Amino acid sequence: MKLGKFILKRILQTIPLLVIVSIISFFIIRLSPVDPLAELRLNPSISQETLAKEKARLGLDKPIIVQYGLWAKSFVKGDLGITSNGEKVSVKLIERIPNTLILTLIVIFMTWSVGVPLGILGAIYNKTKLDRILTILSSVGMAIPSFFFAILLLIFAVKTGWFPVGGLTSYDFNDMNFLGKFFDIAHHLVLPVTVLFTLSLAGLQRQMRANMLDVLDSDYIKFARAKGLSENKIIFKHALRNAINPMITLLGFEFAGLLSGAALTEYVFQYPGLGRLILEAVMKSDINLVMASLMIGSIMLVLGNLLADILLLITDPRVRG
Amino acid sequence: MFKEILKDKFAGKALIILIVMYVCIACANFIAPYSKDFSDRNQAYAPPSPVYTITEEGKLSMPYTYNYIRVFEPKLYQNIYTLDRSQKHYLKLFVKGEQYKILGVIPCSIHLFGTDDGGRFYLLGTDINGRDVFSRLLFGGRISLTIGFLALFILFPIGLLYGGISGYLGGWVDIIMMRFAEAVMAIPSFYLLIILASVLPANMTSTQRFALIVIILALIGWAGFARVVRGMVLSIKNEEFVQSAQTIGASKLRVITKHILPQTTSYVIIAMTLSVPSYILSESGLSFLGLGIQQPDASWGNMLKEAQEYINILYRPWLLTPGVLIFIAVLCFNLVGDTVRDILDPKGKVR
Repeated sequence: MKLGKFILKRILQTIPLLVIVSIISFFIIRLSPVDPLAELRLNPSISQETLAKEKARLGLDKPIIVQYGLWAKSFVKGDLGITSNGEKVSVKLIERIPNTLILTLIVIFMTWSVGVPLGILGAIYNKTKLDRILTILSSVGMAIPSFFFAILLLIFAVKTGWFPVGGLTSYDFNDMNFLGKFFDIAHHLVLPVTVLFTLSLAGLQRQMRANMLDVLDSDYIKFARAKGLSENKIIFKHALRNAINPMITLLGFEFAGLLSGAALTEYVFQYPGLGRLILEAVMKSDINLVMASLMIGSIMLVLGNLLADILLLITDPRVRG
Repeated sequence: MFKEILKDKFAGKALIILIVMYVCIACANFIAPYSKDFSDRNQAYAPPSPVYTITEEGKLSMPYTYNYIRVFEPKLYQNIYTLDRSQKHYLKLFVKGEQYKILGVIPCSIHLFGTDDGGRFYLLGTDINGRDVFSRLLFGGRISLTIGFLALFILFPIGLLYGGISGYLGGWVDIIMMRFAEAVMAIPSFYLLIILASVLPANMTSTQRFALIVIILALIGWAGFARVVRGMVLSIKNEEFVQSAQTIGASKLRVITKHILPQTTSYVIIAMTLSVPSYILSESGLSFLGLGIQQPDASWGNMLKEAQEYINILYRPWLLTPGVLIFIAVLCFNLVGDTVRDILDPKGKVR
């Protein structure tokens, strides 16, 4: 029961956070000299009626505080306005969010299942040749600019023809059966996942190694050693559990990093995700879309952190104290 | 500290590479055979000039090169470059070229290398406007390798002061300041970056744009740093030397800046060296998208913009060199940063 109370408290804490985020992003965008309706006005397919409706919804003739209030009200109601093409922003977002989620979740799953064991290896064989090699590899992985790596992989894809160059689905996607669709998407995901995996693996491996080294240096591990426990038991039963707890907090940050890192990767691979959506919106100065995707990105990030914290509350009783 | 870094097998080499890079960009005017704006529209996408040391008759000779002639190939519907074998152009050291000013004052026209009159020497080929890629790499490095440092010099004082005040005063001030910092951290940084960059008006001079991009980069990173500083201040503020400063009657700001913040020096140095690479990467990503440094100015990121086209990456691989340089610079900074951390913080208290 106590656990439930903590979780509830933690969830309630995110609400003011999101309000501040929305204020910050609203003012950044609204204080810019860009006219939020400029694109709409230039689009001949948008009727005067829609334009007037947008104007009223945003309250552009009123002071900025009132504008924020109006915007926040319609945001909570789920009305995010229309894009410069006249499409509904919410429809566009719902189309893109799952794509970004698939990409990031696969990457997180893969980095954890590879990065954590490699981190443990690095710590156990600290200062040996193996550790040295792992450290160098992770330095290399951290140093490649994501977009440059993506470009290199694109060359590879073009030259060998093994992988599709960009997108998420093939042109005949709709004619495929379920299994065909699944493999088609998987095929398209290989390259973007490779880029993001390489990028985030390095950081994770380092962090895990550092945590593990910390724990291995602690008194209770020395005690366990003195007691004569086998090395396997010490590492997997005592050290690992304590070393992995701080990593759970990191999970939230990793999610944040991936959202950002994915934007460039999505751009190069023409992947229909949230990052590319916001990039295109920014370039077209499509204010409604920028604002909405910024908010959704932040909400996803906050939720990621929230999940990580709750997970930590469950696994680590000390945090509850 | 330098001695200790140099002793390390990898970090030592990395440090030397970095020093060489910075010396090169500092002397870009002298080392680059052409200026960053020099362009020959008839030589767009010319491949790197070949260097010969053995003549066609098989004799050893001073290194020389040939100029390119552009021929339009109707079958492939593209321009093809062939070597103009009628005239050799010998490569020379310390040749006279375009004029530039040493330190912005002393006029000089000697370049490290080049060819004799009428020759063109493109070490790494040319770009779409017929500009020498090698020269632009040097000038672009000036921006790419300094922008991160400048951003850090704005960001760190802000973060230090913010975290210091928040941690020292505590109570409501702390709660409000930290909630604000957390909110900034909750916005995906790259999204914030591109939005801020896109808000910049288009009609700015390149210096103004450079300065604003530095500020934008600084705006992204301060919050996370301030949070860590706050945590450190919380643990320092109850120490005896702080209490004694308070008893003497030092003002709050003085206690924070003179007594508490200096205790965080080693963390600051470590965090700075470790975060330079991420700013280099951010700038290049921003410029790659066309939101950062704009043409005609060069930066490694905006030079890579041309690599967005398949034709370019398949047939003109020399356009990828900026990416390789970013990689090398970031790798070296990481290696040096790791070693700096090991030296200043051998027990690994700061991570």
